[in-house]
Amino acid sequence: MTGRSLRYTIETPEGITFALYLAGPTSRFLAWGIDMLAKAALFTLLSYTAVPFGIVDGGLAVAYVTVAYFFVDQGYSIALEYGWRGQTLGKRLLGLRVIDEQGLRLAFSQVVVRNLMRFVDGIPFFYAVGGVAMVLSPRLQRLGDYAANTIVVRAPRPASFEFARTGSAKYNSFRAYPHIEARLRQKVPPEMAALALETLARRESLAPAERLDLMRRIADYLRDCAPFPTEATVGITDEQYLRNAVDSLFRTGASKRDAA
Amino acid sequence: MIVDIERFVENETPYWRELEGMLDSLERDSGAVLHLDEARRLHYLYQRASSALARVNHMALAPQLRETLEPLVTRAYTEIHQGRRQAQRLAPFHWFFAVFPQTFRRQGWAFWLALGATLAGCAFGVAALALDPDVKPYIMPFPHLLGDPSDRVAEEEQAELDDRAGSHAPFAAMLMTHNTKVSMMTLALGVTFGIGTLCMLFYNGVILGAVAFDYIRAGEGVFLSGWLLPHGSVEIPAIILAGQAGLVLGRTLIGWGTSDNLRSRLRKSRPDIVTLIFGAAIVLIWAGIVESFFSQYHEPVVPYAVKILFGTVQLVVFYLFLGLAGRGIGLRWLRRDAP
Repeated sequence: MTGRSLRYTIETPEGITFALYLAGPTSRFLAWGIDMLAKAALFTLLSYTAVPFGIVDGGLAVAYVTVAYFFVDQGYSIALEYGWRGQTLGKRLLGLRVIDEQGLRLAFSQVVVRNLMRFVDGIPFFYAVGGVAMVLSPRLQRLGDYAANTIVVRAPRPASFEFARTGSAKYNSFRAYPHIEARLRQKVPPEMAALALETLARRESLAPAERLDLMRRIADYLRDCAPFPTEATVGITDEQYLRNAVDSLFRTGASKRDAA
Repeated sequence: MIVDIERFVENETPYWRELEGMLDSLERDSGAVLHLDEARRLHYLYQRASSALARVNHMALAPQLRETLEPLVTRAYTEIHQGRRQAQRLAPFHWFFAVFPQTFRRQGWAFWLALGATLAGCAFGVAALALDPDVKPYIMPFPHLLGDPSDRVAEEEQAELDDRAGSHAPFAAMLMTHNTKVSMMTLALGVTFGIGTLCMLFYNGVILGAVAFDYIRAGEGVFLSGWLLPHGSVEIPAIILAGQAGLVLGRTLIGWGTSDNLRSRLRKSRPDIVTLIFGAAIVLIWAGIVESFFSQYHEPVVPYAVKILFGTVQLVVFYLFLGLAGRGIGLRWLRRDAP
């Protein structure tokens, strides 16, 4: 991972790199809030189960509630994070997950240590110590994460690709040149491809002059990356060139079927 | 270079779907064990998806395809290179009677250091009260201990057997949960490179030393022994065990005596830390029961000699348990006698 980026890159022994996105303090705090509510609900339910004990002996019911509260309070996160692979109810609802720093599955000892450290992270109130540690940490780790070698990431969700937004479903003269399309995919960096896609998607919100200028600059860049023959580009505007190029860059079997 | 991206995706999609299906079923059942053929297939599919990711990683058709493949490769990587050992059968008796004492002995240095910090605190508490009796309210934050020890002893010895009936269970529950939280805090403070743990143990020692000195000075040493020994003989060592765990964590963070990196050090010491704190918690449950149901009764209900004997025997047995259990001594003795 570089600098203070939320992108956390892991390289596997096979030499493959993949990226995870660290969860920020706000989303983690919200997840913690949901977990507090879940604990309160669970505790209320358990309190009702103490009624039969109260019939036998009032003291026994108090003892049961005391122990039950303790187990819910301390055991909730440990049990769920271990059983649900790094997720509590709050984390699951907000799409967060605790994972090992190297992307491995959590060991039981990691789950226990990171949760026991809440005693220190929670000092003096509302996770002040943990929050400060998180802000200072390049991997957004509270002390518990630090001791357990864990990080909290946003659980990856496949991107929903709205191909139709770009207007690229029309006839594309570039499709007749698959080898040049392949070169285009190879040469254009992902950031530039994403920029081209976004520009097309937001074209209606651009002022006419800026729209023409932006389309021309991106189209020029793409022409330099992989020039198509004149018969494929003759008579088409910069915007149409961009549409064709985006179609070539992002088209997959699924999107082709969708377009059809 | 992928010339025909559509054909590439269409060809690979069945393999990605198969990998996703295997991962789904493995994630649903954490105890699942793969047959050799299934494990080989999983590894093949993982390598195939990894290869696809490597091919699309620097291409413009990312992020769409990359964001589809990355979670898949991440999940497969986690499953194949998992740090967790193979699913082990739960063996609580083996853990308590072998693993726990073995861990205690392996990290014995930390126990003695924790004991030293507690004893230093005791000495401080004794000295503070001996030199300045007015300091009592500041170092003993328990209202029932602030009065004259002899008055309390007289009051306790007038109590009848039934006076405490009905309060044992809630009192025991309160003691168990409170003491376990204190022990967890003692461990967690180890994250301050052990300094916080040492402070906590020292503070506990100060209270203990001051209370003991207060009662002994008042001539109530027998009452004190009868009151504290039955539960204190396991409760105090349990808190020191939690301190031991905290000091193990502190030393791991400092990295003293090893050339391993922090991640490796933590990976090695974490199971010991967890074993020690769980062991301490179990001992504290027993201590809570003893304190609530036995320690609170005094003469004439229960003779002090019985309570002191109980506490002393318990202390010796606990010490022998931590020192000898899990060594396989019994097994060796049986083998020696075998024909």
